Amino acid sequence: MGAGPAFWVVGVFLFAGVPLLNLLPDDSLFHVSDFTLNLLGKFFAFAILALGIDLIWGYTGVLSLGHGVFFGLGAYAMGMHLMLGIGTEGVYGNALPDFMVWNQVKELPWFWKPFYSLTFSLAAIVLVPMAAAAIFGFFVFRSRIRGVYFSIITQALALVAWLVFNRNETNLGGTNGLTDFKHIQGFSLNDPATQLVMYMVTILFLGLAYLLCRWITRSRAGRVLIAIRDCEQRVFFSGYSPASYKLFVFVISAGLAGLAGALYVPQVGIITPNQIGVLPSIEMVIWVAVGGRGTLSGAIIGAAGVNYMRSTLTNHFPELWPFFLGGLFIAVVMFFPKGIMGIFKKAYSMLPFGKSKIEKAAVTD
Amino acid sequence: MILNPPRFCRAMKVRHDEPDIRFLKRNIMKRSFMPVLFAWLVLFSGSVSSLAIAQESSPASSEIMTMQEAMTSLIEGPWPEKKLAVDYLLKNGDPALLPQLEEFRSNTNRRVRRLIKPVINLLKNKAGLASPDKEDRRAAARDLGARGTPEALPILKHALSGEKEHWVRYDLEEAIHLLNLESADPQVQFASIQKLGDMRSAAALPILQDFANQRAGNLEQQALKDESEKASRRIQKWQDVTRGIEMLLQGLSLGSILLLMALGLAIVFGLMGVINMAHGEMMMIGAYATFVVQEGFRAYLGEHLFDYYFFLALPCAFFVAAFIGWILEGTLIRFLYGRPLETLLATWGVGLVLIQTARLIFGDLTAVQAPSWLRGGAQVVVGVQLPYNRLFIIFLALFCVAGIYILLFRTGIGLRVRAVLQNREMSACLGIPTRKLDAYTFAFGSGLAGLAGSALTLVGNVDPELGRNYIVDSFMVVVAGGVGKLAGTITAAFGIGTLNKLLEPGFGAVYGKVIILVLIILFLQVRPSGLFALKGRHLDS
Amino acid sequence: MDEYVPAPSEQTDGRRVIGSRHQRSIIYLDHVTVDFDGFKALNKLNLVVDYRELRVVIGPNGAGKSTLLDVISGKVQPISGRVVFGQATDLIGLRENDIAALGIGRKFQTPSVYTTLPVWDNLDLSLRRKNKGVFATLLSRLNSDESDKIAQTLEVIGLTNKADVLAGQLSHGEKQWLEIGMVLLQDPELLLIDEPVAGMTEQETEKTGELLQSLTHKHSLIVIEHDMEFVRQIAKTVTVLHEGTVLCEGFVEDIQNDPRVIEIYLGRQKEADAPV
Repeated sequence: MGAGPAFWVVGVFLFAGVPLLNLLPDDSLFHVSDFTLNLLGKFFAFAILALGIDLIWGYTGVLSLGHGVFFGLGAYAMGMHLMLGIGTEGVYGNALPDFMVWNQVKELPWFWKPFYSLTFSLAAIVLVPMAAAAIFGFFVFRSRIRGVYFSIITQALALVAWLVFNRNETNLGGTNGLTDFKHIQGFSLNDPATQLVMYMVTILFLGLAYLLCRWITRSRAGRVLIAIRDCEQRVFFSGYSPASYKLFVFVISAGLAGLAGALYVPQVGIITPNQIGVLPSIEMVIWVAVGGRGTLSGAIIGAAGVNYMRSTLTNHFPELWPFFLGGLFIAVVMFFPKGIMGIFKKAYSMLPFGKSKIEKAAVTD
Repeated sequence: MILNPPRFCRAMKVRHDEPDIRFLKRNIMKRSFMPVLFAWLVLFSGSVSSLAIAQESSPASSEIMTMQEAMTSLIEGPWPEKKLAVDYLLKNGDPALLPQLEEFRSNTNRRVRRLIKPVINLLKNKAGLASPDKEDRRAAARDLGARGTPEALPILKHALSGEKEHWVRYDLEEAIHLLNLESADPQVQFASIQKLGDMRSAAALPILQDFANQRAGNLEQQALKDESEKASRRIQKWQDVTRGIEMLLQGLSLGSILLLMALGLAIVFGLMGVINMAHGEMMMIGAYATFVVQEGFRAYLGEHLFDYYFFLALPCAFFVAAFIGWILEGTLIRFLYGRPLETLLATWGVGLVLIQTARLIFGDLTAVQAPSWLRGGAQVVVGVQLPYNRLFIIFLALFCVAGIYILLFRTGIGLRVRAVLQNREMSACLGIPTRKLDAYTFAFGSGLAGLAGSALTLVGNVDPELGRNYIVDSFMVVVAGGVGKLAGTITAAFGIGTLNKLLEPGFGAVYGKVIILVLIILFLQVRPSGLFALKGRHLDS
Repeated sequence: MDEYVPAPSEQTDGRRVIGSRHQRSIIYLDHVTVDFDGFKALNKLNLVVDYRELRVVIGPNGAGKSTLLDVISGKVQPISGRVVFGQATDLIGLRENDIAALGIGRKFQTPSVYTTLPVWDNLDLSLRRKNKGVFATLLSRLNSDESDKIAQTLEVIGLTNKADVLAGQLSHGEKQWLEIGMVLLQDPELLLIDEPVAGMTEQETEKTGELLQSLTHKHSLIVIEHDMEFVRQIAKTVTVLHEGTVLCEGFVEDIQNDPRVIEIYLGRQKEADAPV
């Protein structure tokens, strides 16, 4: 997998350079605080999810408004493992998670039990969302639900998942979700060093996810995905089954979403149904749109960029954030359909030496 | 369903001392007040049938004096005298005394308060039975049936003799028989049990069940017990039926709301291939337009005109939402033609902006007061009431369907819309201004959402995220109904509405929704383009 | 006509065998009816196309020409009748991609190419391959044999020097050719071609005609066309569809003079231009 030099430069900087900047003295101009590092970790976890959405929407042209569900499945799988790791250190000093004590649940539900095992939890993080996507996708793609129909059905999926996760009797923490985690494999989650490692793990997985997506999009199968986006009918008559390709890419992107959720939880310390419902699901799409769909680097830039703006704006002008987000939806669609990457490319192609390369690059990123 | 509050079970329990004492007291009273009583009775029976008129128009001096005497002994006399006065008032009291009694009650001790409470209740209900408003009369009758004492029987019987309204008569009869259950005469009890069973009285069910569960001491009681059992079974069976009817009605009502929302959505989707994610917000705008009109009426017009605000609010809601839809189409959607997924995202953004704007202007929660003619409901059969607001929504939905049908199939513009729906290019070639038609259609669809929002204020609060609660469901209606045919949307709306309500009792609202989503996905396996999709070439990409 | 060679599909797969009344037919439609909400787009249509024949189908608007191709290529399912490919393969119930894999290629009326992929990739994706499943495609590499085939096809459709251009940037006529090239690379037994010269210049039209005729050496073709001059150029046998059934069939010259054909094209409006 020969990714270009830019990948390695940026990758090594994010993986090793940023943590090194964290070691600089506090008053240094280039110092990256623990807080910022933690935020970056969250943003890049979202970037993994954005890569998945880019695969299904940017490349294949299938707009899923339900990726929050897969993110949530991964996040809850990780959250359940961390929850059980609290042991008797909770408020009630009970081996059961606090919310179960509160809800008067006497025994750990059966589906919680395997999450004591780290191996199981790590497998579940990716496999549960993938299985869910496979079942849902099988039926939906098989019956050729496409276009806005698909988007609407996935939005209903997000709504339904949100409703179900909110229920107390599903034993997933209800409205308050899972929180108050203490350690991960014996390391305290409050320790900056643990968070530093979590950040580096996130960057590592982001790099791997990028390479996976790059491999897929550059293969012939990746071109079939673009072909589906351009003219699904022709793909049929060329002897491919679009449903299989869509299902494949939907399942992969669900796995990436689950991975992102699992990396998100220990860094943010909480997962609630409100992070997986209709609203966050559609917001995830706009990250990709802002960065530039159909380009992998665009997805990463968009996810990090929009979330950076979100945390800045909601801190200072909470009332304005919905206006900004709404405006972003409109502006990206109306004026910058290719997002930030599109603007970059256009600027680059205006330079005298950039003209020739751009034609081919536009296709495969 | 109107269920009376469960009442104390007094059935079959013999009161040991009271009858004798009461008899004694009455005797005393009869002696001291006999002439007065006689005069009052003459007046009473000779007066017009309506109690209120009789009591207000015949202020015989002697009567007032004696009433006043009773009041005086109640207020100033010693305890036994107070008790006598209460007994007298229970029999002969006049609602006109209520203010005086209320005042007395607020100034006296707890023991006396408890003593005069039955009087106040009885007199209030007596006043209620004389009210010109039949709902008041019904409430009074039900209250007497639930909490009244045997002293109320003559009052109820009297009211029954002059009553013409069917459901008031029903309530009066029910109350009489409920009170009869406490009769000392087993035959009266037996007859009332039978009658309550015939009437399918819901209020009687707990008492009858209690009767049925008691141990019978003798043959007579055994007969009562058997009859109670039979009657309660009949009532329960009937309640199962009414529950079914009720569910169906709720389903229809929810279906109508979904239909109102989905109609606009489906028309726009059918014609332009655009899913308007801000459709829910158009509904929210309609709801706020209604709110503003209501506030305007309250502030600038008198109370007597307030009830009519809804007639202005409906067109207002339609046109405000339509206007905003028209702007939205002109500034945004027309530039995204042929890019449905992008339109979906952009309109979602518009929705976010609209919601936040509404939140900044109106705050988080606002309530609209339904006009009085839409409050309450019409009783159709025992135990089933049709709330007027729900009925109104159902009619509004039907009205809209009829309107759309006429617009589409009986007017020139409808013909053009149908032409564009079938073949846009060809229609454009034939000189149909497709762009303009798009704008009108979009505005019209938004206006329909506004109407839906206005109607929603009748059944719930108004908040900026009002639209979000229904939007996914109405999308499901569009998906399941298919594009291009009204019949599909209508069937899907009522189907999903009713299914929602059918599943709710058994599975809960949440799992009901899960099941519906699964059913829709499975349904689309069989019919990928919905219930009534147009087949043929024009739908191909 | 060349000697009979059975279609590859007949030899290999074990689908149920249906006797065809016609020994040398490549496609055989038997009483096929397609119903669109009560409207019979095809009404008990019978059609036989011979092996390595170039058959032109004409007919007024709404006669069911495109629906005919839809039925053969699996896009539309008939409510009754049989569609037999080659000697023994029943096409009813198969999906489009399965039918394509059996060896039926289709070119649409409006050019359908992958606009954001280069011409080369358009052709590469259409190339006939054993396995077009997800994982096989994910791992497959272009071999020299395949790249030769693509280069040859580029030559045939005259787009050699535009191999790297995005298909969306081609002219209308070039897109039409590209699509024909894509269908050719599928190496189908039977080509279904819907109005190949619509929107082409006279020169392009003539070139397309030559191309189609040259194809009969290796393929069978069904061509839908309105342009009667073009039909005269390429066709020997013409089938006239009217209201979902075959009105008549025969040589071009006979068809042009058939009073029934003149009737349906001219109808009551004698002043309208005849197609002939």
